[in-house]
Amino acid sequence: MADLSSTFAGIKSPNPFWLASAPPTDKEYNVVRAFEAGWGGVVWKTLGEAGPPVVNVNGPRYAALYSQDRRLIGFNNIELITDRPLETNLEEIARVKRHWPDRAMVVSIMVPCEEQAWRAILPRVEDTGCDGIELNFGCPHGMSERGMGSAVGQVPEYIEMVTRWCKEYTRLPVIVKLTPNVADIKPPALAAHRGGADAVSLINTINSVMGVDLDSLLIYPNTGGTGSHGGYCGPAVKPIAQNMVAEIARTAEMANLPISGIGGITNWKDAAEYIALGCGNVQVCTAAMTYGFRIVQDMCDGLSNYMDQKGFQHIEAFRGRAVPSIVNWNQLNLNHIEKARIDQDACIQCGRCHVVCEDTSHQAITAMKDGKRHFEVMDDECVGCNLCVSVCPVPECITMHALQPGQTDTRTGQVVRGDYANWTTHPNNPSRVA
Amino acid sequence: MPQPDVKPGRLSACQYTSNFSDAHPPLTSVQALIEAERCYYCFDAPCVNACPTGIDIPSFIRRIGEDNLRGAAKAILEANVFGGMCARVCPTEVLCEQACVRNTNEDKPVEIGLLQRHATDHYFKNPGAPMFTRAASTGKHIAVVGAGPAGLSCAHRLAMLGHDVTVFEAKPKPGGLNEYGLATYKTVDDFAQKEIDWLLSIGGIRIRHGQSLGAVITLADLSLQFDAVFLGLGLGGVNALGLNGEFASGVGNAVEFIAGLRQTSDYAAVPVGRRVVVIGGGMTAVDAAVQSRKLGAEEVTIVYRRDQQRMPASKDEQDWAQLNGVTIRTWSVLKSLDVEGGQVEAATFASVHEVGGKLEATGKLWSIEADTVLKAIGQTLVLADPQLARLALRSGRIVVDEEGRTTLPLVWAGGDCTFGGQDLTVEAVEHGKIAAHSIDRALGIMRGGAEFKRVRRAAA
Repeated sequence: MADLSSTFAGIKSPNPFWLASAPPTDKEYNVVRAFEAGWGGVVWKTLGEAGPPVVNVNGPRYAALYSQDRRLIGFNNIELITDRPLETNLEEIARVKRHWPDRAMVVSIMVPCEEQAWRAILPRVEDTGCDGIELNFGCPHGMSERGMGSAVGQVPEYIEMVTRWCKEYTRLPVIVKLTPNVADIKPPALAAHRGGADAVSLINTINSVMGVDLDSLLIYPNTGGTGSHGGYCGPAVKPIAQNMVAEIARTAEMANLPISGIGGITNWKDAAEYIALGCGNVQVCTAAMTYGFRIVQDMCDGLSNYMDQKGFQHIEAFRGRAVPSIVNWNQLNLNHIEKARIDQDACIQCGRCHVVCEDTSHQAITAMKDGKRHFEVMDDECVGCNLCVSVCPVPECITMHALQPGQTDTRTGQVVRGDYANWTTHPNNPSRVA
Repeated sequence: MPQPDVKPGRLSACQYTSNFSDAHPPLTSVQALIEAERCYYCFDAPCVNACPTGIDIPSFIRRIGEDNLRGAAKAILEANVFGGMCARVCPTEVLCEQACVRNTNEDKPVEIGLLQRHATDHYFKNPGAPMFTRAASTGKHIAVVGAGPAGLSCAHRLAMLGHDVTVFEAKPKPGGLNEYGLATYKTVDDFAQKEIDWLLSIGGIRIRHGQSLGAVITLADLSLQFDAVFLGLGLGGVNALGLNGEFASGVGNAVEFIAGLRQTSDYAAVPVGRRVVVIGGGMTAVDAAVQSRKLGAEEVTIVYRRDQQRMPASKDEQDWAQLNGVTIRTWSVLKSLDVEGGQVEAATFASVHEVGGKLEATGKLWSIEADTVLKAIGQTLVLADPQLARLALRSGRIVVDEEGRTTLPLVWAGGDCTFGGQDLTVEAVEHGKIAAHSIDRALGIMRGGAEFKRVRRAAA
């Protein structure tokens, strides 16, 4: 049976599933329940500096984007960092870690961007016996207005500076949590790397307004009539997060920088994808907030079965395996040609492939043949765009097939060559290289 | 000698209430949203092609999913003004739902009928601003004979097109079979009348009751007095058994039994036999048999001459009957009624089999004791008006062309009184709609305007 144990930035946990710093890890009660359920580790909900704790709104903190059958596909929050006293949190962290020595206990921290503030809190956190710290440079709402969270994460110089302070004032591994609310994720990640970060984790939440109440014409949700943007997460953000993870993983300078993948991880498949994109572990929040803690058992079981089936004995056996497959567009092989094919036995005759191709794409799918309803790809029009595959309600009914060298692409009349050629050398590219 | 056991009040008051409540309860809002999500929004959707009235089913379902129930109702009602009743009575399992592409992989189509009911129920609960308005008056006046689904569908569309309509109806209430011919549990809470009240709210339609064709009015007079005539006569007669004992006490026709139940305000007052035999295999037979059970009959048997596959009642209807404790016996033809002292006591059937497509007696006979025998062996067009005999008929029904034109000039017909089709409400509605447009064209009304074009397309 596959070994799910993970060592991330030197921190050991029995499985790669950590609960992200968020409401589920706010206090001892929740974290103990999480560990009982089987979570490999937690990142304790972000601590602020000593003194009066932050105050949350007393109205809606969360809102969801639903599919029609009310499955939660996106999630938004405006909750701030912990609103409990620092001392209480530190006591509980120490106690939980003592009782659960095999689980990863990482503490998220967000204090003002001043050296003294970090210098003051780090020894106290270290005293809990925790395994590492995560710097919250990500939260895009509330705290960012006070110069913290994403306000730091959007300025690479600040990231580097604070990371350096942390490496100076604590022996603990330092994980820098990045905000996706930037044009390019690489500069903040590189800044963390330069500052000496032991790892990065990403993504934090994305700036979001969930909607408008069409009766009142007010932002939804709102707090007595007004609302503020929140942070968006859940299944809908996974593609955005995976792009950012891949951007870091395929940057040579950061090839050895551990990445903790976060963003829409709901089941073992999501986790396996993040691992294949280079992540050493994953962090989960929305799925737990949607279904409760026991999902981790299904995640571990699924990942374990997958690894057994693929012959991966441990996480490292497939970590990062997908990274080389992600390249810039100009490296794509323009000599590779695919055509869609509809399995007539599997086709249920809904005709959606036809109408979307006809209305919005390349007019390459029939609606009739010999006077009968019949959907078939016309190779001489098909550009291989995958739209029909994307909208077909039947799995595996429409598949893409590559033309083999020597075959003729009836759309262009060109014979398929077996060699590789990309845009950089294409005759239509004014900047082509010889 | 056994006494006939026919009496009212076999059940408790709450049993009657329960038995005659909605047979297929509507979807809740949550169920409707989930079910709406199952629709694939097919291109050139097979369900639309399978609907006799061509309702744009994917559109109305999508509108349900988008919280636009008025829009959903409009998509339904502009194609089928009786969309509310059809949602209740259409044999969707052989129409739209049979065509649903979901059947291929799941054997479970989208519940189109229930979704249609969800949308229309919501709309009728509070219709708000008029959904359909009338085009500028054409000055034409059309006579419609029969206030059933065909006649009122025709009248409504004619009114939309700007014509004035007078509907001549023999019975005291409008609705035809919607009012008199459906099992009570299919259309509870007087829905048929509420739907017609809404339909008439468009204006321009006047209904005159007690106007029996051939008795009070004649086709010849109507043709003279009106610019055009539409006949939506229905089938006023019932086929006879042609046996001794047909008029004995305890022998009745299912159509009257069903109509009586629909008009009663007290089910406990309706007498029913302890043992009921229904002769026939259509929806009328099922409605009569099931309602007999629901009135408290202990043994109810439908006897049909061929196999169950060929019963005109749909598979779902047959299942519904059997689920309600009705026994279905096949391959049997009524041979004689056993009458004692003027009261039927039993029915005797000849077993038959099929030889070269024809039924032949096997020589075996079987009998069943009965307190009530209901005949449901088909209905007939009553040719009370001499002019009707001048129309081309086939199998005793009026022959019309694809636009509903009869062989008499300026006389159209539709619904069950015409030849062809399956005698479904939804077909009658379409006949009325098509005929209205044909009449409109025949009267040579020229006009433009977006509203008019939209209506034309909906009818295409």
